[in-house]
Amino acid sequence: MFASDRGDEPSSTPHIVFERLHKRYDGPQGPIHAVHDVSFAIARGEVFGIIGRSGAGKSTLLRTINALEVPDAGTVTVDDVPVAGLDEAALVRLRRRIGMIFQHFNLLSSKTVNANVALPLRVAGLARPAIDRRVGELLDLVGLSDKASAYPSQLSGGQKQRVGIARALVHQPEILLCDEATSALDPETTQSILALLRDINRRLGLTVVLITHDMAVIREICDRVLVLDQGRRSEMGEVWRIFGDPAAEATRALLRPLLHDLPADLARDLVDDLGGRPGEAILQLRYGGDSSADGVALADLAALHPQARLLHGGLDRIRGHSQGRLLVAIPASALDPVQDRTARVADHIEVLGYVVTGAR
Amino acid sequence: MSLPALDKYIQAFLQTLLMVGTSAVIALSVGLALAIVLTITASGSLYPHPRFNRGLSIVVNVFRAVPFIILLVALLPVTRFIVGTTLGTWAAVVPLSISLIPFYARIAQVSLREVDPGLIEAARAMGCRRHHIVRHVLIPEALPGLVGGMTVSLIAMINASAMAGAVGAGGLGDLAIRYGYERYETRVMFEVIVILIALVTLIQFAGEGLARRFDHRG
Ligand SMILES: Nc1ncnc2c1ncn2[C@@H]1O[C@H](COP(=O)(O)OP(=O)(O)OP(=O)(O)O)[C@@H](O)[C@H]1O
Ligand SMILES: [Mg+2]
Repeated sequence: MFASDRGDEPSSTPHIVFERLHKRYDGPQGPIHAVHDVSFAIARGEVFGIIGRSGAGKSTLLRTINALEVPDAGTVTVDDVPVAGLDEAALVRLRRRIGMIFQHFNLLSSKTVNANVALPLRVAGLARPAIDRRVGELLDLVGLSDKASAYPSQLSGGQKQRVGIARALVHQPEILLCDEATSALDPETTQSILALLRDINRRLGLTVVLITHDMAVIREICDRVLVLDQGRRSEMGEVWRIFGDPAAEATRALLRPLLHDLPADLARDLVDDLGGRPGEAILQLRYGGDSSADGVALADLAALHPQARLLHGGLDRIRGHSQGRLLVAIPASALDPVQDRTARVADHIEVLGYVVTGAR
Repeated sequence: MSLPALDKYIQAFLQTLLMVGTSAVIALSVGLALAIVLTITASGSLYPHPRFNRGLSIVVNVFRAVPFIILLVALLPVTRFIVGTTLGTWAAVVPLSISLIPFYARIAQVSLREVDPGLIEAARAMGCRRHHIVRHVLIPEALPGLVGGMTVSLIAMINASAMAGAVGAGGLGDLAIRYGYERYETRVMFEVIVILIALVTLIQFAGEGLARRFDHRG
């Protein structure tokens, strides 16, 4: 909706706005700039991802939203209200509008599932019947009604995180913060928790801000993503754009596990120059998701050369945009005429090198 | 020279119960309060007051360092002020309580400090005020350790109460010393020791059972 290229403007009204945020810690070797001059906005109702290497400042940034962390400079506003400068009563009210879930669930071991989910309402002074009703609804929502009187130690990791989600939603918040909420879970449980989060996002219209080291989680459920690198904003935009065509080195490093890089055996045989011997050229076709919105036509690939072979690669469809990369081998002699035709075949095409015939 | 009659044992047992029971109620509740104050006023905690915290910590250490028998004598004026006399069972309650307050405070403080900071953070994030966190997170999560510490303190108190005979407080320890040590009635001493072993074992078992009941950490 906005003109901005990489979708770094929110597509609807901003819900959370960060302006020139700084957070410094005093480390043993001088100050650590955990967050350094970061500005951006998160739109109402979107699922927003934050990625970055360990220590990039993701948690610090996230925790400024509910003032668990107080920035040294800059402002965070939620619904146009600056979070800094709220007194304890106002801060408590704000936090009741912001749910949070954690990597290690942080459930009270001394309380049952029921009492854990009820606690935010109890301290808010709600009446018993109202609390029971609301807790019942939430345990239904997360599918744990039968575990109401169990203690957290009797639950699996996935069940604990469901309790965490129920507790986070008990005040009907507008924002849900997730700090590595699926990092301690197995892939199948992760999928079920993600499905639950997406469902909540759609049904309740919650704004979800999540941190993860799992790029597949971002690809799966996020609308936009922010890449942090050493406390600085590295890049930001719609997930399919960032994943399809990462601009920053930090992003490429994070995405490497998802990329279909050159397999080791091929890399070993690759040479820069055939030196007159017969051989094949290895082409890398990259799809950023812009031109290939509707997928890649097989006819285009076939048109490269009658003997073209698909070696390796894959496409992912993110929010209706197909993006990814393919490695294709064609006879080296056919390379020059082919290069004129590649424009339509892929967003970006690159000759990675050559393999001498019979080398393998 | 005759052996003490059964009612002497009963009387001594009741005196010990009275002394230890009363002192326990005082020492454990004041000690717990002190431990909570020490925990939440530490820097980076809920109500950070580092200077106050350090001062209080020093006071606690001073009282912990003084041996009970010296405290017993040193506190005589205080005892007279509070109880009205420096002799008898009630007079022993004052030094017993005061010596056990810092003892339990330190044990309880360890349990409180071990509560996962992630839980406190989660409580803050869900909109708990600080006093809610003390009541609903800090104390319940530390409870198994707090109860375990009470067991240890109660047993230490029974030990210390033997010395309270010095102010005429009576009790089992006093009985053992007067008959066993001063009059060479080793049988009396032996019997008292058996009673003490039974008492300590009972407290230990009860304490462990109670701590287990509160412990849902799995
Ligand atoms: N309380 C603190 N005291 C001192 N330094 C801190 C504190 N919290 C964070 N830091 C430092 O700030 C930097 C950013 O930390 P942060 O926890 O935000 O990173 P992160 O991106 O969440 O990392 P991870 O992926 O490992 O969770 C790190 O260098 C960290 O050591
Ligand atoms: Mg983190």
